[in-house]
Amino acid sequence: MSVMTRTYVYFKALIAVLLVVGLAACARTPGDGTGGAATPGSQQEFLVTVGDRVFFDTDSSVLSPQAIDTLNKQAAWLTRYTQYRVMIEGHADERGTREYNIALGARRAAAVVNYLVSKGVAANRIDSRSFGKERPVAICNDISCWSQNRRAVTVLQ
Amino acid sequence: MVLGNTSLQSLLLPKRRDVLKLGLAGLAGAAMISPASALVRIVVSGAEFTPLPVAIPDFQSSDPAFGRQVTDIIRANLRRSGLFAPVDPAAMPQQVGDVNATPQFASWAATGALALVMGQVEQGGQIQSSVRVWDTAAQAQVVGQSYSTDPNSWRRIAHIVSDAIYTALTGEGGYFDTRIVYVAESGPRANRTKRLAVMDYDGANAQYLTEGRSLVLTPRFSPNQQLLAYINFEDGKAQVYLLDLASGRQQRLGNFGPLTFSPRFSPDGRAIVFSIENQGTTNLYSVPLGGNRPSQLTSGAAIDTSASFSPDGQYLAFESDRGGTQQIYIMGAGGGGAQRISYGEGTYSTPVWAPTGDLIAFTRQSGGQFQIGTMKPDGSGERILVSSFHAEGPTWAPNGRVIMYFSDPGGNDGPRLNTVDIWGRNPLQVPTETFASDPAWSPLLS
Repeated sequence: MSVMTRTYVYFKALIAVLLVVGLAACARTPGDGTGGAATPGSQQEFLVTVGDRVFFDTDSSVLSPQAIDTLNKQAAWLTRYTQYRVMIEGHADERGTREYNIALGARRAAAVVNYLVSKGVAANRIDSRSFGKERPVAICNDISCWSQNRRAVTVLQ
Repeated sequence: MVLGNTSLQSLLLPKRRDVLKLGLAGLAGAAMISPASALVRIVVSGAEFTPLPVAIPDFQSSDPAFGRQVTDIIRANLRRSGLFAPVDPAAMPQQVGDVNATPQFASWAATGALALVMGQVEQGGQIQSSVRVWDTAAQAQVVGQSYSTDPNSWRRIAHIVSDAIYTALTGEGGYFDTRIVYVAESGPRANRTKRLAVMDYDGANAQYLTEGRSLVLTPRFSPNQQLLAYINFEDGKAQVYLLDLASGRQQRLGNFGPLTFSPRFSPDGRAIVFSIENQGTTNLYSVPLGGNRPSQLTSGAAIDTSASFSPDGQYLAFESDRGGTQQIYIMGAGGGGAQRISYGEGTYSTPVWAPTGDLIAFTRQSGGQFQIGTMKPDGSGERILVSSFHAEGPTWAPNGRVIMYFSDPGGNDGPRLNTVDIWGRNPLQVPTETFASDPAWSPLLS
């Protein structure tokens, strides 16, 4: 069951990647010579080139070097394309209790908000919310999934 | 430290001596005749225990099928409690009881039954039931009573009579005439539909209160059971909402911050304690029902949540990671200094004070597993009742003898409700149509 479930999730993830790539391909301006990059300033570019999410260790809201790298890129992109507002969505994995996980997701979202603001993104462009453990993206009973679910996602609006 | 030893000690003293009669004997073993009263009384102590054999012939009724339906529920309730072993009806000297006759005790004692229940039930403008509980060895009546309920809730008469039998034979309040509010779950894990639902304690009569358009979590009954407090994502972010059970009307508790959650009513029903998150920190607040100025109970950069009142309303148990990991703390209901009470291995969360005041149930995470356990309000006497891949969110039966929680095997499977008694015995799943989580047990309806 769990193997099947995980396969299904990976399959879904693959489809999602193909969709994004497909969208990016569609969004390409003919003859712009960029060879596959998404339109600058598009949501597709943000997803594919910048990355919309950062991941956390168990029960932690500390930004890893990798997360900081992603957030630096997000901040640079957002200060360039000021037409977007963003919603930071904080999430926890399933290995915690419900109410604490809502607070933990909020704490992770706050860590991202604070970092983006420190890098020059106007605070009034950023909102945040927490889904706790209610909206996992990877479904299985081991760390390969839990580590993907401990995340904060920057959603362009 | 707000709680001196004296006040904690007073918390531990049982308020009603009767409450602990079940455990008083301290004898291994069992069902026995109480020498004091010479009447049958079940004695429970620790893990060593044999359920009390009880014979319950069908209740007399002008509608025998109805009499049998009611009796089947009574037998199921007593069996489900784990304290009683209903005798097989096929082994009984008579199939239908007679509430007005003195039983032939010898023939009932021959079935092994130590207690005998005879009853009758009639459906009219009201449903009425009379019941007598007999001690087959002492050949004496333990209790004789009549009850009535409105005809729209015929299962209730079975639960009310079951509570009377339970009380007659254990000396404690029952818990059968109660309801559970919970979250009914359906759909894939990554995008679960969650609806508020209520049902009888045994899983019957489920009613869905919300349609699933918005995510809802952690419903809690008000003490008079007229209101639910719960988390609703209707506005995009988690907010404490109230639902009026009579009208179905839902409204936000108030505009108290971008993220509010973890509500719990005070024992007098006049206030709600809950958490407000602000810039990554989560603190506890309380607000009078209908009030618009919450008072702040905790402060600091930690996560303080899952507050639960002591039954006398004087104290709050809550979880906080102020010491680095989630642990259980106790403080006065008005806030102030808090005292940590959990010191075992792992992290502790979701403390819920027993209605009897003598225990706090919790979720513990340790060794990659989740546990449901209890401890005394001073943190001593920790007892783990259940350990599994994922078990969470205990809630107490009104007599403080049974705990319900949810367990979840993970993956795209989903959670189910389970009960276990406070000695860790008699683990049972509660049947529900859908996956189910976040149970909260009502007080006795009658």
